[in-house]
Amino acid sequence: MTKTVSLAALALALSAGSALAEAHAACAEGLTLEDGTLTIATGNPAYYPWVMDDTPESGEGFEAAVAYAIAAEMGFEAENVTWVRSSFDEAIQPGAKNFDFNLQQYSITPEREEIVDFSVPYYTAPMAVLLAPGVESEATMEALQGLKWGAVGSTTAVPMLTDVIQPEQDLLLYGDNADVNAAMGAGQIDAALFDLPTAMFLSAVMIEGSTVLGQFAAEGEGDQFGLLFEDGNELKACADAAIAALEESGELAAIEAEWLQSATGIPLIE
Amino acid sequence: MTKLRLDGVVKRFGANTVCDGIDLEVEAGQMVCLIGASGAGKSTLLRCINLLEPIEEGAIWLDGEDISIPGLDPQPVRTRIGMVFQSFNLFPHMTAAENVMLAPRRVHGQSRDELMPKVEELFRRFGLGDRLHHYPDQLSGGQQQRVAIVRALAMRPEVMLFDEVTSALDPQLVGEVLDVLRVLKEEGMTMVLATHEMGFAREAADKVCFLKDGRIVEEGPPSQIFGAPEREETRAFLARTLK
Amino acid sequence: MTEARTRGPLPRTRRQIYEDRLRRRSLLIAGGSTALVFGALFLLIPLAPGWEKVQRVFFNGEVFARTLPGLLEAFVLDVAIFAWSVPMIAVLGLLVALARDVSNPALYPLRIFATVFTDVFRGVPVVLTVYLIGFGIPGLGLPRPWNSPYIWGTVALVLTYSAYVAEIFRSGIESVHASQRAAAQSLGLRDKDVMRYVILPQAIRRVVPAQMNMLIALQKDVALLSFIGPVEIFRQAGVYKSLMANFTPYVGAALIFLAVTVPATRYADYLLAKQRRQRS
Ligand SMILES: Nc1ncnc2c1ncn2[C@@H]1O[C@H](COP(=O)(O)OP(=O)(O)O)[C@@H](O)[C@H]1O
Ligand SMILES: [Mg+2]
Repeated sequence: MTKTVSLAALALALSAGSALAEAHAACAEGLTLEDGTLTIATGNPAYYPWVMDDTPESGEGFEAAVAYAIAAEMGFEAENVTWVRSSFDEAIQPGAKNFDFNLQQYSITPEREEIVDFSVPYYTAPMAVLLAPGVESEATMEALQGLKWGAVGSTTAVPMLTDVIQPEQDLLLYGDNADVNAAMGAGQIDAALFDLPTAMFLSAVMIEGSTVLGQFAAEGEGDQFGLLFEDGNELKACADAAIAALEESGELAAIEAEWLQSATGIPLIE
Repeated sequence: MTKLRLDGVVKRFGANTVCDGIDLEVEAGQMVCLIGASGAGKSTLLRCINLLEPIEEGAIWLDGEDISIPGLDPQPVRTRIGMVFQSFNLFPHMTAAENVMLAPRRVHGQSRDELMPKVEELFRRFGLGDRLHHYPDQLSGGQQQRVAIVRALAMRPEVMLFDEVTSALDPQLVGEVLDVLRVLKEEGMTMVLATHEMGFAREAADKVCFLKDGRIVEEGPPSQIFGAPEREETRAFLARTLK
Repeated sequence: MTEARTRGPLPRTRRQIYEDRLRRRSLLIAGGSTALVFGALFLLIPLAPGWEKVQRVFFNGEVFARTLPGLLEAFVLDVAIFAWSVPMIAVLGLLVALARDVSNPALYPLRIFATVFTDVFRGVPVVLTVYLIGFGIPGLGLPRPWNSPYIWGTVALVLTYSAYVAEIFRSGIESVHASQRAAAQSLGLRDKDVMRYVILPQAIRRVVPAQMNMLIALQKDVALLSFIGPVEIFRQAGVYKSLMANFTPYVGAALIFLAVTVPATRYADYLLAKQRRQRS
C-alpha cells in the first residue's frame, strides 16, 4: 500500500503526461463499470461551492475539480468521465451500483464503513456555526448551548450537536439546506451546524443576513470527506493512490484554494 | 267547539297535487278517521296539520287560531299537536323512558326527577310497566308503538295525529295498540287517524272521511260511510278493502 | 326429540357430512398453500445472491438493537402529537360538518367557507400543507414560542384531517333516516336539539369505524411533521440511517408503527363487522 502511494508519487514527480496516464491506466484496468470510462456520481442537485451551477461536467467547483484531477491521475481523459446523480440512500442500498465512485461531501464514519468503502479523505472540513439573520451570540460553548438549533438530519452535524454541543432546547432537523433556510426565515431556529464551506456559502449567497459565527477545530471534530465505493470495490486502491499523489504534488491544496473560500478570519470555538 | 279546522288545504310536491282543497272540521274530543287507498294523501295531510310540511293554499286553524301563516314558528304549535307514525320512529339510542322524557326536558325544561313518576304512571297505564329502561330494539312492535304514543302524550298535546299506527304490526299485536286509542278517546282526547282498520273506524270513530286523489270524496258518521255510502267511489273502495 | 337426545347424538344428516368434508378440504388447501408460499419465501430469499448484503443493510440485528431505544423515545413525540391533535380534529370536523348544512341565510358565508375548506384541504397533499403552514405562517413574523413548528405542524394536520373527518360526519348525519328528524320535530323539539340529541348521537355512532381508519392514517401522517423540524421517529430513523449507512432503523420504525396500527386496524374492522351484523 505505502509502496503504491510512493510509487505513484514518484511517477507523478518524474513522468510526463502520457507515460503517467499509461502507468495509472493499469491500476484502473478492468475495474470500472465500463472499460475505458470512469462513472462518477454526485448529488441531485449538487450544490455550490462543491459543484458550480449543478453541472459537474464543467469541472468547476471544488468536488468537480477534484473528481477530474483524480480521474486524470487514474488515467482517464476528461471526455472519458461520465457523471450520474444519486441520493445518499441510493448510494448505500445494496445491489449493483451505477457509479464507480460517488462524491458529495460524504463524511467518513466507522459505522458507514461497515456498509460501504471510503477512499482516503480528499478534504477535511471543520464544522461551523451559521447564525440566523438578526441572531447574535458568542463563540463560546455556553452561549451556543442556549440557542435553538437546527441541522440537516442526514449529516454528521447531528451527532456533533447531541454529543458535543448538547443544546438546552430540543433539536430541529431538516431534509436539506433549503428547509434549514426556511426555518431560519420563519424564526424557528437561531443557529444551524454545517461544514464550513457550506456554512460560508449559505451565509454569503442563500440566507441573507445570516452570519458564520465560528468554526470548530478541524482535527478531531472535523468532517473528513471521502469518495464512496461499493463495499469491496477494488478500484478504491487506485483512487487512494491518486488522491495521495494529488496531495503530495500540492494540486489538491491548489484546487481547494481556488474553489473554497479562505476560512481565515472565522473565529475558532473552543 | 271546533278544535281543528282545515279550509281548502292544498299541498303540492312539484307538479303533483297531493292534497287538493281539503276542508275538515274536528270537534274537541272527537275521533276522526281518514280512510282511502294508499297514495290518497292521508299521511301528507297529517304532516301538514303538524306543520311538518308547509301548505300551498288554504288555512289550518287550531282553537280558532291560524297556524298555517307562512313564516310562523312551527315549534310551539307542534308541542300542542302530537303525532305517531306508522314506523314508530323511536330514537334507537335511547331507552323507552329517555325517548319519552326527551321533549319535556328540552322543551319544557322539566327535570328527570320531576318527570319520572309521570312517565312510570303512563307506562303502567299502557301495560309497559317493566319496559322503562329497555331500548327500542329490545321491545316488540306493539310495545314500541305504545312507547311512541306515550312519548307524544308526555308533551300533553291537545290534538293527537295517528298515521296508520297499526300497519307495521303483526296481526296479534294490533289489538293492544287499538286498545290504547280507545282509552284516549274515553279520556276525551281529540284525535285524527289515518287507518286501514275499518272495523275499528266503524266502531270507534265519530266521523269518517274517505279520501281519493287528495280530496275528501265523502264524509259522515261511520254508520253512513260503512252502512250506506252515497258515493260510487266510496262503495268501490270499501268493496275492495272489506273483501 | 327429547327421546333422541337421551339416546345420544343424532345421526348426522347427509348434508352435514357433505359440508364437513367440504370444510376439511378447504382448510387443507388453505393451510397447504399458505405453508408453501411462506416456506418458499423463507427458503428462496436467502438464496438470492444479494441476500447477505440486504440482510446486513436492512435486517441488521446489531443496528436494530442499538437504535430501537432511540426510536421508541422519538415515537413518544409521534404519540403526543397524535394525542393532542385528535380532540381538535374531532371538534373542528364536527363543526365543519354542521356548518355545511346550515340553512340560516345569515350563516350562508359560513356554509361556503366550510365547503371551500373541505375541498381545499382534501385536495392538497398533506405534506404540502405541512410545509406551507409550518414554514409559511411563522414566516409572517410571529414571535417565539408562537412560531413553533410543533404548533403549526399540528395546525396543518388538524386542518387536513378535519376536512376528511367532517365529510365522514356528514355522511353519518345524512344516513340517519328523515323519519327520525320528523319524529323529533313533531315532539316540538327545536332544530338544534333535534340535531344534538337525536341526529348526532346516531350519526356519530355509525361513523366510528370509518373515523377509526382516519385515526390510523393520522398516526402515520404525524411523521410528516419531521419535514419542518420535529425529530419524531421517522426523522430519528433517518438520522440513524445516515450515520450508520444502514436502513435497519427504518425497518425498526416500521415495526413500531405496525405494533400500534395493526391492532387498531383489527379493532376498526371488528367494529365495522359488528355494526354490519347489528344492521342486518
Ligand atoms: N316528500 C314527498 N315528496 C314527493 N312526493 C311525496 C312526498 N310525500 C308523499 N308524496 C306523494 O304524495 C302522494 C300521497 O302520499 P301519502 O300522503 O303518503 O298517501 P297515503 O298516506 O294516503 O298513502 C303520493 O303520491 C306520494 O308519492
Ligand atoms: Mg300513509
